[in-house]
Amino acid sequence: MSPISRGFTGRRRDAPDPSRIPPGQYLTRDFPVLSAGPTPRVDLSTWTFTIDGEVDEAVSWSWEQFLDLPAEEVTRDIHCVTKWSKLDTRWTGVSVDRLLGSVRSEAEYLTAWSDGGYTTNLSREDVADGRAWIVYRFDGEQLAPEHGGPARLLVPHLYFWKSAKWVRGLRLTADDEPGFWEGYGYHNHGDPWLEQRYQGD
Amino acid sequence: MSDPVDGNALAGDLRASLHAEMTAATGRCGHCGALSLVGELVVYLDAPSPVARCRHCGSVVFVVHRFREPPQIVWSGFAVGEPPAA
Amino acid sequence: MARAALPGRLTWQFARVVETIAETPTAKTLVLEVPEWPGHDAGQHVDIRLTAPDGYQAQRSYSIASAPEHSHLELTIETIDDGEVSPYLTEELRVDDELELRGPIGGYFVWREELGGPLQLVAGGSGIVPLRSMLAHRAAVSSEIPTRLLYSARTLEDVIYRDELARAGEGVTLDLALTRAWPPDWAGLTGRVDQDTIARVTFAAGERPWVYVCGPTGFVEHVSASMVAAGHPADRIKTERFGPSGTGGS
Repeated sequence: MSPISRGFTGRRRDAPDPSRIPPGQYLTRDFPVLSAGPTPRVDLSTWTFTIDGEVDEAVSWSWEQFLDLPAEEVTRDIHCVTKWSKLDTRWTGVSVDRLLGSVRSEAEYLTAWSDGGYTTNLSREDVADGRAWIVYRFDGEQLAPEHGGPARLLVPHLYFWKSAKWVRGLRLTADDEPGFWEGYGYHNHGDPWLEQRYQGD
Repeated sequence: MSDPVDGNALAGDLRASLHAEMTAATGRCGHCGALSLVGELVVYLDAPSPVARCRHCGSVVFVVHRFREPPQIVWSGFAVGEPPAA
Repeated sequence: MARAALPGRLTWQFARVVETIAETPTAKTLVLEVPEWPGHDAGQHVDIRLTAPDGYQAQRSYSIASAPEHSHLELTIETIDDGEVSPYLTEELRVDDELELRGPIGGYFVWREELGGPLQLVAGGSGIVPLRSMLAHRAAVSSEIPTRLLYSARTLEDVIYRDELARAGEGVTLDLALTRAWPPDWAGLTGRVDQDTIARVTFAAGERPWVYVCGPTGFVEHVSASMVAAGHPADRIKTERFGPSGTGGS
């Protein structure tokens, strides 16, 4: 056990409402950028968002078609496995319910995949009933590339690695297949309120 | 936005985990076959766990779980040869 | 020989701060007493770990600034504005505080006098720190190895170890390149270090120097590519890239 470094607190702030901060987390006001690889260069003229895998018929939208889908504005708290939480983040995007409504599928799992090769796995249940979105605006502005723009997945009730940056599609799967961090030993589900950070937690 | 650094930044984790100095060791990327020094790998530190990638093809060759003590290296395609005699 | 490069267990230990030295408006040298210090090679670094009262920890790597021959271990820390660790080290840490560290670390970006020369050092910003250890080692063993240092900094004020470098001694040639602003009577280099600058003020490939390049990632990529283009074999060029890191949650 390491002794305390006198005067060191990290980047933490006292939360106005501690009940909104999951165990082991601290409040941040900035928006730290975490990245396991280079920020992909994205050409919107060839960008598509695709739902495929175990579906009756795959469906795909161009960037323009995607922006024409009914959008929602949501304000949510987000929690990163590296222990920062950020409250009341504002996003605009399309609900995953709306997108999955375009296909017929019995699959119970899905993999979100991204430009640059990142993947993360989720159960259908975790992205259903207004709990997940594909967002392209943050805080009223176009989503910046370092935060996952042009579009990222938003699943705010799970640790933020599940909210894949630079997302390009959802692949429905019959079996639960670990994504990038899940394959390296992070928790398969990632509920911040249960501190499901790593396998075995 | 933080730029990637290089394998030198993980020297401490590698040594604490493997009990050997690794940055001057050569390895072969299991994805593209390129040979490179561990010290020359591309490293993303601002990630849930630091990630080391091949400088030639960009594939992930290992990640370092600093939440384990000693740190745990999870390899994913990098065959390390003998470190040169010091 | 190889006194510091012995493989073995690397464990966290305590250093005591015995002095802090302001080098520039943003860089500070920490002079440390490390009771169990096994010795090091010029170019190696240490990991530092800070622990908050609730157990939260942050870890970063810092290059060693002192020579192996010096009595104390020195680290020179550049403050990163939105950093989490460096502002603590430069602004909060005081004499007699304890600091948890492990090291020395690294066997690739090191230079020992026995390796020979000529020695070509290229620094961008606080990338000077491990190169200063090499210069100090060279001086401590009264080496006559021909040495050149090309050091790129934003302004004269940002030049770390300025006085010390100015009297680095016989056989050492210093070229300072200021990239952002320079005094009206400035006779040194100005602007970004480019291929032409490198051709003019570094050892030619035919002299077979050992080349050490340290600095921000973009700087190191650019300089090492230019050195390779100038005919230096890649295995004579050793590089170390740093941040600006510390913006994430690690």
